Amino acid sequence: MCSYIVETAKVTGSAKGAEGWMRVDTATVYYDHPFHAPLDHALGIDLTCEADGGRERVALELSAESARALVDAILAALASGEVEHGHAHEQGHQHERA
Amino acid sequence: MRYEGQIAETVAYRGDGGDLIEAYAARPLGAGPFPGMVIIHHMPGWDDWTKEVVRKFAHNGIAAIGPHLFSRYGAGSPDDIAARARADGGVPDDQVVADAAAAAAWLRNHPLANGKVGVIGFCSGGRHAWLAACRAPDAFDALVDCWGGNVIVDDPAHLNPKRPVAPIDYTESLRAPLLGLFGNEDRNPSPDQVNRTEAVLKQLGKSYEFHRYDNAGHGFFAVTRPNYRVEAANDGWQKVFAFLARTLSA
Repeated sequence: MCSYIVETAKVTGSAKGAEGWMRVDTATVYYDHPFHAPLDHALGIDLTCEADGGRERVALELSAESARALVDAILAALASGEVEHGHAHEQGHQHERA
Repeated sequence: MRYEGQIAETVAYRGDGGDLIEAYAARPLGAGPFPGMVIIHHMPGWDDWTKEVVRKFAHNGIAAIGPHLFSRYGAGSPDDIAARARADGGVPDDQVVADAAAAAAWLRNHPLANGKVGVIGFCSGGRHAWLAACRAPDAFDALVDCWGGNVIVDDPAHLNPKRPVAPIDYTESLRAPLLGLFGNEDRNPSPDQVNRTEAVLKQLGKSYEFHRYDNAGHGFFAVTRPNYRVEAANDGWQKVFAFLARTLSA
């Protein structure tokens, strides 16, 4: 089906797209027919910077299984990384620890 | 030896509100006259497959136009533009109906037109095609709905200012004969929803034919996806062109 179900998250960081690095402030997440991936449905993530007009995006189309694996990997990396480097709210001190 | 040829190209026409809509159009070479079809793309956008379908209709003797319903989101690759439209919650039904009706007028005004124009849509485009044929009944002489989801809306929470009315509620206005193709393993529309859609058509005395395929789910025409079902797709395309030969002949 084509769904209109879209989740959005405010994010802080950068992504590398066709024009090089850019700052991003929004992640649009959906589960629908992909444009490119050879799947009937895919988990899509579009990273954009709405503050800069949102014209450029970095896009992902992942199978549901691999999207869940990515979520697990992100959470695992955060859990171990934050033990090693300190929590996100302590990021101002990261350079001292590195 | 029989000569075959077609011309396929980007065109532009004025849609809802006089906005310039880009479109992909194809027609057979020759003197015509040719019937016309408006091809409505699905939510992921004005993709290569949509343009292949436009050319397929021309190959089968029909002038076709596939409007880019997300044109108003500006220039860029169709997938990026579709992403903008998606993040914006899709395009309003009123706008789609007007854009589709204007595309039908573009076909009907072509010097090679035979005066008959139909509309076909796939997935969310099937829903849009249904809306267009019901809400612009003077514009369309045939309707083909390929697994259009959300024609029946079971959860009122899915209605919103852009999509305020379930398409099934406009069915009384439908004048064009309808061909519907569905996979019995589809979940949107589910077999139960197709049953209820058919019940409404029967109750209203509409001219329709439904073909429902076992071992097929959603989007079984899509050759680049695992859901492609060769037998259902081959039979479905035959049904489409047989239906249009009957309904769009001058």
